[in-house]
Amino acid sequence: MTADIHRDDLASKTGMWLFLFTEMLLFGGLFVVYSVYRYRNSQAFHLAAEELSVFIGTINTIILLVSSTTIAMSITAIQKKNKKLALLLIGITILLGLAFLVNKYFEWGSHIREHIYPGSPVLALRGQGDVLFYGLYFFMTGLHALHIIIGLVFIGVIASKIVRNKIDSGNYVLLENSGLYWHLVDLIWIFLFPLFYLIT
Amino acid sequence: MNTQKEIAEPSYLDYKGRYKGLFSWIFSTDHKRIGLLYLFSILSLFVIGATLGLLMKFELIAPGKTIMGPQAYNAFFTLHGIVMIFAVVIPGLPAVFGNFLLPIMIGAKDVAFPRLNLFSWYLYVTGVTLVIISQFAGEGPPDTGWTFYAPYSFRTTGTMLPAVFGAFVLGFSSILTGLNFLVTIHRMRAPGMTWLKMPLFPWSLYATAWVQLLATPIIGITLLMVVAERTLHIGFFDPSLGGDPLLYQHLFWTYSHPAVYIMILPAMGAISEIITTFSHKTIFGYKFMVVSVLAIAFVGYFVWGHHMFTSGMSGTALYTFSLLTFLVAIPSAIKVFNWISTMHKGSIDLQTPFYWAIAFIFVFMIGGFSGLILGSLAANVHLHNTHFVVAHFHFIVFGGTGFAFFGAMHYWFPKITGKMYDKRWANIGLILFFIGFITLYGPMFYLGFKGMPRRYFDYDEVFHAGNIISTMGSWVLYSGLAIIIINLFSSLKGGAKAPSDPWGGKTLEWTIPSPPPVENFTETPVITKGPYDYK
Amino acid sequence: MENEKNHIIPYRTYLFVLAGLIAATLTSVAVTQISLGTLTVAIALFIAAVKSSFVLRIFMHLKYENRMFSAAVIAVTLLIAIVIIITLLDYLFR
Repeated sequence: MTADIHRDDLASKTGMWLFLFTEMLLFGGLFVVYSVYRYRNSQAFHLAAEELSVFIGTINTIILLVSSTTIAMSITAIQKKNKKLALLLIGITILLGLAFLVNKYFEWGSHIREHIYPGSPVLALRGQGDVLFYGLYFFMTGLHALHIIIGLVFIGVIASKIVRNKIDSGNYVLLENSGLYWHLVDLIWIFLFPLFYLIT
Repeated sequence: MNTQKEIAEPSYLDYKGRYKGLFSWIFSTDHKRIGLLYLFSILSLFVIGATLGLLMKFELIAPGKTIMGPQAYNAFFTLHGIVMIFAVVIPGLPAVFGNFLLPIMIGAKDVAFPRLNLFSWYLYVTGVTLVIISQFAGEGPPDTGWTFYAPYSFRTTGTMLPAVFGAFVLGFSSILTGLNFLVTIHRMRAPGMTWLKMPLFPWSLYATAWVQLLATPIIGITLLMVVAERTLHIGFFDPSLGGDPLLYQHLFWTYSHPAVYIMILPAMGAISEIITTFSHKTIFGYKFMVVSVLAIAFVGYFVWGHHMFTSGMSGTALYTFSLLTFLVAIPSAIKVFNWISTMHKGSIDLQTPFYWAIAFIFVFMIGGFSGLILGSLAANVHLHNTHFVVAHFHFIVFGGTGFAFFGAMHYWFPKITGKMYDKRWANIGLILFFIGFITLYGPMFYLGFKGMPRRYFDYDEVFHAGNIISTMGSWVLYSGLAIIIINLFSSLKGGAKAPSDPWGGKTLEWTIPSPPPVENFTETPVITKGPYDYK
Repeated sequence: MENEKNHIIPYRTYLFVLAGLIAATLTSVAVTQISLGTLTVAIALFIAAVKSSFVLRIFMHLKYENRMFSAAVIAVTLLIAIVIIITLLDYLFR
């Protein structure tokens, strides 16, 4: 079937939004678990949250917010036929995403060195509330980090298409879609941040 | 609507594209071929699942061990459930008839994302393969039931991970199909086909697609949590670590209840098409049919706790879920009423699909009423985990979706294959199937009421007579099934050539040749009238 | 192919929104340093919701898209909220 004659950008964007809904429901299930266990172990969650570094969490939040801004701006750049700027902004987005992951690596590392990780006997000794808090922490931030990696790959593919002029000012719905995905990753973190770092 | 002129365009079956032979099928992005790929896979899995059921029933013909002991029986009902639920009934009608008919019925050339469609089928095959692997790898097949309840699912030595991943991948296939259908229906309806001129089968697929999209991720994440529990001992469902096994049940059923609406809504849509066509009368209460199908999808999202009445939930949860369960029955009842009203004063043409539709209404109502009984809190205490529940869901799922599937199979057979099936053998098969069905599942209501538990390989002597009758019913059912399937396959070769419109149907699929050309329509149809424009 | 929306959002707009988002983030951190009991978390979540609405409406373009998209986002959010509430009906009243 001929590709060009029947291009439907709205269909493409709708498809992406529908996919985002599935991601919202996917994390939604984890928010259900969080709500239940937070309710049942509010004191323990409160205390465990104090062990997380608000500083790193805030930095990471800002990193993602900036990266959302840069990828949004890259769409404006493409629309204005500024291919170089678009690629620069996308490059910054990717770098920021990687920085987020590096921060996460160090954060997790510090916990793991203290023997705080799912299944750790040290963690089990600290009590059920802590086990659940850290179980949720690792699972939710871990799943989120996986989505960051997927997002970075997606954006990387889009960047290569821009380089090869497969995406330009007349055909940029794929860039928009990758932006939508990235914004979702940002949105999830916007909620993860207070729920884990700020419930002190 | 005009009948398309017969132009010498190759049908989708004869079409010669880039690939040859088997590859022309497994690399095809034509929605019609993909529908048939699903048909082939799903029918195969169905036969496997039915055979498992047959063997389970044989075990139950007498108390004590007949052909298998308790561990084997547990493995059997687990696989039977996983195969039937995740690989047969959930994909069932949408993947086969949705894929084949949806674009045609809305006047489109294909679905919105044809390559994604093929990918969905690849995911299906991958998921099924993982499930099959779970049977032979590791320390023994899974034995938790298809429901994978915690804490047993993370403590059992049976091989859980491939089965759980298999279910996860199958879920992803379902999500992508739903996504594809939603965009297709939103963006690709033919000019003039407003929402309220769309036929009821596409409407049912639309409602179903929302459920596929919005419910399936919940089981996705739940299965991932089970994996984390099993491999990392994360503690979400492990009481010794502070987790609550009941939370697993909440999450599991938050998907698995809407899943039964994924099963039944397209079935209802197909039944609406069949009844309208063979009554030669427009559907009674079209708008109510549309609203009720959306209402079922919506309300059905909030009733999951009725699978958990005896589990230890709070009183508030109990009566909330019971109330909502009764509410969700209302739109279904409206549909039954409207089907009957459609037939009233219609010009009935007694054909095999119509017989399936009437049989559907009969068994669906029995299944539905038994659901209301189970939805009553006090009755549920007595009936939960007995064979009453087994009877209920076989009547409503096998009777509902299964009968509609066979009805749809016969209804659209001429369109899909270009041949007519042998009517005599089709009806003989149906009669045997129906008698077998009632004999197999009917006694289970009584057995359950008298206290026979489910998922046990053994039972008290007092239940023996009922079980003998039930097992014999399974043999009759299985032979009916064999006749039906063999008849369809043999009609593929020797059946009479089918015209475009063998039944006098009014929806768009009957305006194109049987079998259809690759791009369905030579010219995009323009719609000016409602979908069931009978005089 | 549709050209209904070749609407271009100026770089400036995005940067202003970013400034607001960062300010909101820092505010929510500051607020939680003050102990206000359960109100603290409620405020933090409220701020998160406000941030989300900006990301959704400006970055994700919902303000300029067909209303159906916004309606769907709201509906899905409500769905998740209702599922959480109904689940809590069990836990709160055991």
